[in-house]
Amino acid sequence: MSWSFVDRRTVLTVMGAAWLGAAAEAGAYTIYVSNEKDNTISVIDSDKLAVVSTWKVGRRPRGITLSLDGKWLYVCASDDNRVDVVDTATGKVVRNLRSGPDPELFVLHPKGNPLYIANEDDNMVTVVDVETNRVLAEVPVGVEPEGMGISPDGAILVNTSETTNMAHFIDTTSHQVVGNVLVDARPRIAEFSTDGKTLWVSSEVGGTVSVIDPASRQIIKKIEFSIPGITKEAIQPVGVRLTKDGKRAFVALGPANRVAVVNAETFEVEKYLLVGQRVWQLAMTPDEKLLISTNGVSNDVSIIDVEAEKVLKSVRVGGYPWGVVVGPK
Amino acid sequence: MVPFRSRHPLLACQAICLLLGICISIALPIGPAWAQTPQPVEIRIALITRQPPPPPLYEFDPVPEDEGLAGGRLAVRDNNTTGQFTGHRYILEEETLEEGQDAIAAARSLVARGVGFLAVNLPADELLAIADALKGENVMLFNVSATDDRLRGDDCRANVFHMAPSRAMLTDALAQFLAFKRWRRLFLIVGPQPGDKLYAEAMKRAARKFGLVIAAEKPWEFGPLARAKADSPTTAGALTFTQNLDYDIAVVADEAGDFGDYLAYRTWDPRLVVGTQGLIATTWHPTFEVWGAAQAQTRFRRTADRLMRPLDYQVWMAVRAIGEAVTQTKATDPSAVRQFIRGTEFSLPAYKGVSLSFRPWDQQLRQPLLLVQPRFLVSVAPEQGFLHQRTPLDTLGFDQPESACKLQ
Repeated sequence: MSWSFVDRRTVLTVMGAAWLGAAAEAGAYTIYVSNEKDNTISVIDSDKLAVVSTWKVGRRPRGITLSLDGKWLYVCASDDNRVDVVDTATGKVVRNLRSGPDPELFVLHPKGNPLYIANEDDNMVTVVDVETNRVLAEVPVGVEPEGMGISPDGAILVNTSETTNMAHFIDTTSHQVVGNVLVDARPRIAEFSTDGKTLWVSSEVGGTVSVIDPASRQIIKKIEFSIPGITKEAIQPVGVRLTKDGKRAFVALGPANRVAVVNAETFEVEKYLLVGQRVWQLAMTPDEKLLISTNGVSNDVSIIDVEAEKVLKSVRVGGYPWGVVVGPK
Repeated sequence: MVPFRSRHPLLACQAICLLLGICISIALPIGPAWAQTPQPVEIRIALITRQPPPPPLYEFDPVPEDEGLAGGRLAVRDNNTTGQFTGHRYILEEETLEEGQDAIAAARSLVARGVGFLAVNLPADELLAIADALKGENVMLFNVSATDDRLRGDDCRANVFHMAPSRAMLTDALAQFLAFKRWRRLFLIVGPQPGDKLYAEAMKRAARKFGLVIAAEKPWEFGPLARAKADSPTTAGALTFTQNLDYDIAVVADEAGDFGDYLAYRTWDPRLVVGTQGLIATTWHPTFEVWGAAQAQTRFRRTADRLMRPLDYQVWMAVRAIGEAVTQTKATDPSAVRQFIRGTEFSLPAYKGVSLSFRPWDQQLRQPLLLVQPRFLVSVAPEQGFLHQRTPLDTLGFDQPESACKLQ
């Protein structure tokens, strides 16, 4: 490590601290991280960048999301075959939702209800009304459904099936599969751009991100990654997040321990940010100033300055951090 | 698949609706990409296997009657879940031969019935006889169990693809681990069966390859002591067999499991046992749960009502490889599938963290191997630091320049 590098880091930390100091006046965001092995949620304050509390939830918590008002945290308790609803004011599980067996990941309708859940062990997507806890539909999909994305208008739900290697397009009114796009091996995440014009699907084993035109259901670009000194096999894209202006995308690359910064207009990879080990999921603060990555093997999260494209800090959380979501102020 | 094994009784009626939904979606394939197939195209896959001899009166861990078959059934179910979107229907024909029944005739009759893909769970000689009898036919064979190196060398066949790892791959995986641990001086204990001798040969080759030393080698001459009952007389020689030797670790070659388990804790010096017992290299293990393997374990256990075994996994991979090639190419003709599977575009995700592919020079599946002790996963080969210009997976087994295989 060279001195100049240390200097830059120091300067950055100071800059980061200065910026965070400014942000504190406006109030902090709350970052929630699910710890798959510990059955807990780590709660991080976005000003202090430290764990402020740890909440107990059901077994094997993975997918995690918030109600629109930020009052309820939904957690897939995979091994308990249910979704826990946590009161974010008290940190207590207040009720459970019917999720179908082995819920892994889910997505909330843009209007806040219903919740669409991928049942990994059951080749099914379960649609649950979060108010009445009624199962509205079960949609048969491919083997090991995981990734869940919903178009900004809420009309189209996209589920990826890890072993079938498809993105299934589901009409949210009829609950029917209306189209399938074959992608590379083990698709993990489906993420729409804010304008709904592109759909990004990461393929963990295939090592690519497919950018799909949701209208024609054609792949318009397959993004590949290459990092000097890292084998092709270690590059395993999972989490994908886009900025609201549609200019940049961030892709978590698993055991490559990097988050790729992609120009979302040209689809060129511009940069790789070194984070913790086995980076899977990503979340951004609503003001898009911070990006948080869960690093499953090093048991921490990396906090990334989105503007500077620099890693600010690692925060130690629980065992096997899996999912991450950020609440409103 | 039991998709409606729901905990919620209220879902019973929805289950019926869903069943209808599935039927409709099969009858009317959905989505523009697949809309051209009104009737699903059938893909017939057979698993040819031999009835195992009945187990002895008491066997604590008997070979299940459906070993291998259960893996094939799960893979066909997985393929068909995908097939409902692509307009394909996979059918598994289960051909279990009686003792003495002719394997070649059975294979010929399967092909005559329209089977284009044949997974073979038979010893090397019978596999070769089938491969030669079916030469020129439009059929692909998958070797799911024979580990013989000659099947990937002098006796390789163009119509055979190997899902089972070779002895060279198994011993290379162990040797890499021993080299990584710097346990370099091996004491090789070789059983009386032909397979044991081949395993020992493979171990010697692996030792040379990874800089280990065979410090001592002895044949095992005390019979199947691991199968002896507690009140059986124990040969005194077996107790002093390992005395006065200078070695780091004992490597046992006992593929039948007749005596290898006897050795641990009975060596003269406190030494660990690896090889065919103790720490072993394998394709699958019940304690393996990373890279999504936990999903496969629970899916298998739910359908077969037992734990998944390596042979189940190897058959599962064969059937899934066919499904993967059909989905990718939209072709169902065995020669088209063969062409694709041999190529660089083919990649099989199989819960090993990397995608698997075939070595074009001998049609052996490249795959990481698990190093396990009976109740724990110890490591995954290739070990870190063993590099290769193509892929680290090619550090296991015979590489292209050293292969004796001439495919024909």
